[in-house]
Amino acid sequence: MMQTDLIVSVSPHIKQKATVATIMWTVVACLIPPLILSVFIFGLQTLIITLVSVGACVATEAISNKFLRRPVKINDGSAVITGLLLAYIIPPGVPYWTPVTGAVMAIFVTKTLMGGLGFNIFNPALIGRAFLVATYPVIMTTAWLEPLRGASLFKYLGPGVDAVSAATPLHVLKHYGMKTFIEKFGSLSTVYTDFFVGQRPGCIGETSALLLLIGGAFLIYKHYITWHIPVSVIVSIGFLTWVFGGEHLFSGNPLLAVLSGGVILGAFFMATDYVTSPSQKTGQLLFGAGIGALTVLIRLKGGYPEGICYAILLMNPLTPAFDQWFKPKRFSGGAA
Amino acid sequence: MVTDGSAVEKPATFSLGGVHPDEVKDVTAGLPIEPLPPPPRVCLFLKQHVGVACQVSVQKPSQKPPTEALLYGRHPGRIYQQLVTRKPRVSTGDLIGSVGDNLGAALHASLGGTVEGVADALHPMTGKATAIVISKDPEAASPAYELQEWRQFTRQELLERIKDAGIVGLGGAGFPAHIKLDVPSGVSLDTLILNGAECEPYLTCDHRIMVEHPHEVIEGAKIILTILGIRACVIGVENNKPDAIAALRRTIDHDTAKDPFRIVVSPLRVKYPQGSADQIIQSVTGRVRPSGKRSSHIGVIVQNVYTSKTIYDAVVRRKPFYERVITVSGKGIARPANLLVPIGTHLSDIVSHLGGTTAGLVKVVAGGPMMGFAVSSLEIPITKTTAGVLFLTREEIDAQDYGPCIRCGFCLQACPMGLEPNNIGIYVEAGRGAETAQFGLVDDCFECGSCAYVCPSKRPLVQFIRLARIRIREAEKKKEKQK
Repeated sequence: MMQTDLIVSVSPHIKQKATVATIMWTVVACLIPPLILSVFIFGLQTLIITLVSVGACVATEAISNKFLRRPVKINDGSAVITGLLLAYIIPPGVPYWTPVTGAVMAIFVTKTLMGGLGFNIFNPALIGRAFLVATYPVIMTTAWLEPLRGASLFKYLGPGVDAVSAATPLHVLKHYGMKTFIEKFGSLSTVYTDFFVGQRPGCIGETSALLLLIGGAFLIYKHYITWHIPVSVIVSIGFLTWVFGGEHLFSGNPLLAVLSGGVILGAFFMATDYVTSPSQKTGQLLFGAGIGALTVLIRLKGGYPEGICYAILLMNPLTPAFDQWFKPKRFSGGAA
Repeated sequence: MVTDGSAVEKPATFSLGGVHPDEVKDVTAGLPIEPLPPPPRVCLFLKQHVGVACQVSVQKPSQKPPTEALLYGRHPGRIYQQLVTRKPRVSTGDLIGSVGDNLGAALHASLGGTVEGVADALHPMTGKATAIVISKDPEAASPAYELQEWRQFTRQELLERIKDAGIVGLGGAGFPAHIKLDVPSGVSLDTLILNGAECEPYLTCDHRIMVEHPHEVIEGAKIILTILGIRACVIGVENNKPDAIAALRRTIDHDTAKDPFRIVVSPLRVKYPQGSADQIIQSVTGRVRPSGKRSSHIGVIVQNVYTSKTIYDAVVRRKPFYERVITVSGKGIARPANLLVPIGTHLSDIVSHLGGTTAGLVKVVAGGPMMGFAVSSLEIPITKTTAGVLFLTREEIDAQDYGPCIRCGFCLQACPMGLEPNNIGIYVEAGRGAETAQFGLVDDCFECGSCAYVCPSKRPLVQFIRLARIRIREAEKKKEKQK
């Protein structure tokens, strides 16, 4: 009799269709166009580096969970996102094996050892990158490539290629000033267009503001993320650069600051990581502003020209504090 | 603010949270109410209301226990008050259980026939409960009721008739209506809200009541207003029931011209849980019930539209509340329907009337899909507060395993009370359920399930919340003991 087969569980008996996997794979889909573009800008080796990074992350996730006797859930796509993001913040001219140690650091140490999905304190991909910068300081800061601009996709492929060492825009701007910058990258109006579509030296997935913005907008449209963190990151970086970034106050170039150094990628795809960002709007705005302030501080006073990676990592552990300080508004005004 | 029915309308709604599950109401929304032929037997629980259980009035009729009497005669200490002495045969509508002056509602026979005895029967919420079993007499005549003009009655007489009919709030909680309406003289009310939101997916019984019995609903509202001594009534109806809104408005225009009452219909935005008391009060009046206070504190009282119709029947026709309309729906039943069934009808009798279940059936729910109770057997009777029975297939329900909280915050956006279901779940999992009172759970959470509905990790947040409540209670008891 079928009666004994009836499922009995606590209400609600229906649930929204979206699962963690749906969300994660949607983010992956939003991250694919910048990858395709990077192949056309820097050549096929970016695809190889990305595949190595994703493969290493997924393998680390599977092996470490197996090792710790936890359920292996690589289908949920979270390790794939970490792999993609890790590759996207690596220079395109690095040796193919570079991401592997970063991936182990990102997945095993930052995520699995902290308790797995939902329990990590720091953004795994960013820890991976920070680790790579510390272990391979030279290649991680010099293996930049000039955009192909029509040259063969195989140009930088293969073992014989020396690091071409183009300089990133922010590096030039920081160390040589606006004059050299314009000599190197052309007049500001060309620079804006080039930077917007991604024709400039930079990390694999960070260059095209346009595609990243489209992806980010889609995530907001799907209600998977809200605008609060990305907007506050971008606005605060633009504003603070305008105020402090020039030769005297209020003369910095906000647009350039926002279009370079991985700001768009970081703002939409890294600072918004659910686990390591606050869940209330006020907290999110302040969190984003904190990232912006730290980014500008590192760029102007610190040793690194980009800065957003460390800015996000520094703000990540404050997430529980933000969630403690900013509670949801109660319907009946109970003591929050 | 009470909206004027003639104004250009923007559907009213509440301020925080809410979700939009698939409505699945069109399956049954257009089906007229259909009476179920008297079932072979009914099983009436002694407690189908908030308060104390009814004192059984039935004498032990025979030595042979009925098949349902799993634990027959296990209550040796109970003294059965013999209200129907030497009357093992009852007619439909006879009083078979009463609570005297205690909090509770009277119980009436929903079937003419023989009282088989008192038994413990499967209960949709509590597992098992004591019930009176009646088996059908095929010869029994159906009762006839005469109409009486209710305006001749005093407030006390009106309340008395409601009490005699055993009416409970049909919105789900089952609070005895005569107690709720007997508002102490110190409390000042200004508005009656009739709740016709019916925000639970699938369910259409209130919808059909409003479409088919608008006159009874409106007259019931007037009776309630008379008892409360106020004039303003707002009927809140979700915007997905335009025919119900139209039917009520037509009736109001037609019937109330000469009355002093001000009854309006307020269309509400389709958003779950629009029909929850706090939410509908805010949607309709803009007022917010302070935590831990009753709604009368802010001058309103909420009754379900179906309760209003039942009150009309009790007062005008003197008909006890022994039968109700339920929605039977879902892909797991051969023929969905809005059925008028005697209270105490077993699900199995409903199923056989509707042509059986389909092959894909995996879950049976008493109530709506958001707040209803999954049952383990079809040998479960309908109670006064069962608004529907859903027969759900695998594709309709969610039976995925749950994962860890990824802190997406979706539940924070969905919670209509502004609570933190994510943290309650995490605390309970960590064995710290007793510390969750800080999240406002005790006073405010009414377990609407919006949080669990949106959770992408499919976490059983309502279950966590119930566990948290148990832990909080345990901790409080411990504290008291130490004092």
